[in-house]
Amino acid sequence: MLNVGKLNEGFVLDHIPAGESMSIYHDLKLDKLDCCVAIIKNARSDKMGKKDIIKVEAPMNMVDLDILGFINHNITVNIIQNGEIVEKKELSLPKQIVNVIKCRNPRCITSIEQGLTQVFLLTDKDKEIYRCKYCEEKYNRIRRRPK
Amino acid sequence: MRHLMSPLDFNTEELEQLFQLANRIEANPEAYSHACDGKKLATCFYEPSTRTRLSFEAAMLNLGGSVLGFADQANSSAAKGESVADTIRVISCYADICAMRHPKEGAPMVASMNSQIPVINAGDGGHQHPTQTLTDLLTIRSLKGTLGGLVIGLCGDLKFGRTVHSLINALVRYPDISFILISPEELRLPDYIREDVLKANHVPYKEVVRLEDVMSELDLLYMTRVQKERFFNEEDYVRMKDFYILDKKKMTLAGPDMLVLHPLPRVNEIAVEVDSDPRAVYFKQAQYGVYARMALILTLLNISVD
Repeated sequence: MLNVGKLNEGFVLDHIPAGESMSIYHDLKLDKLDCCVAIIKNARSDKMGKKDIIKVEAPMNMVDLDILGFINHNITVNIIQNGEIVEKKELSLPKQIVNVIKCRNPRCITSIEQGLTQVFLLTDKDKEIYRCKYCEEKYNRIRRRPK
Repeated sequence: MRHLMSPLDFNTEELEQLFQLANRIEANPEAYSHACDGKKLATCFYEPSTRTRLSFEAAMLNLGGSVLGFADQANSSAAKGESVADTIRVISCYADICAMRHPKEGAPMVASMNSQIPVINAGDGGHQHPTQTLTDLLTIRSLKGTLGGLVIGLCGDLKFGRTVHSLINALVRYPDISFILISPEELRLPDYIREDVLKANHVPYKEVVRLEDVMSELDLLYMTRVQKERFFNEEDYVRMKDFYILDKKKMTLAGPDMLVLHPLPRVNEIAVEVDSDPRAVYFKQAQYGVYARMALILTLLNISVD
């Protein structure tokens, strides 16, 4: 089994569905961070069979947990200090997300006024439905998931 | 400061106050003829709509106020590329209240977020048309005496018809409402309204194809036209527009107290011969549209008449 060095200070995103780590890497803009980032793909998991893991050597406040909660609130977030897990963050679906996704409704005002903030509101927590604040078009979350 | 973007912006108690005000205006219009002296309504219509615009203008003029505005996008600064946000900032300097119609969904909301004056959504694409819904509710409440305990038939274009969507959203808040959805397969109510509004609120409904089959069950029949502008090609429009025509023969199947409403304009979905039937109230509905808008303008401007 491949071994990746132990993280002393930073955070670990665990239980990422296998194959989704690269899109999360980009969604969280981890490519913009000037620090060590390890992406582990297809790690063995008792719970999931296969999973991805991302280890980041940077403070947790460098990333937007709302975005991660929107992408997949089942991902585990472990805060690491002195090589030990000191906190496990619970992710939840954010009530609103701003400038993360774009409304695809061609009749929405955001389609012609490019300067508008793209805001989506959580309208059904159980069904995990987000709708555009302006036109109420439902966002299809399935589209985000890699094949 | 309050705006009106959706019929759901007012709860049922607030709507009741609005309807009572509208009924007081109906009973004694003279008492309100100077309520808006010195006030100006801006009608910002980015797409043509004679009926809604004139109804707003009549409402403000009846209240003693004055109106200014534009009637289509070509005559507005939008033709030069001005944003909705900038337009409303400027209009805020000229008027006390604004009614905005825009072909893009959510445009009036963008306006309300940048406005110094109350903004009324006068229709945004296929999204919302709240003052039509207020008109419909006021008509039903005034002529039926209640908004609860009714079997409501919605007929025609239930897929693209925003008046129908708004009306359903507003009516599910009243007790013992049930719907009969009458439309061709191609123009059925969208899934999200069936699931998120009707089923989520446990409102009974059934979907049928033939109007004749359900006429006797209805307390109210809300007819809609098949709007040509909602179609991408002429062929589809021509094929579907004549599917549901209400005529005298079908009216004989209905109960004596059933009412026929229509947001207007009608094309041919209600035969002219039905107009003389006392149950056909769509022209009264247009009159209630003025009262509803008068009451709305007074409410949003916080003007009370003793």
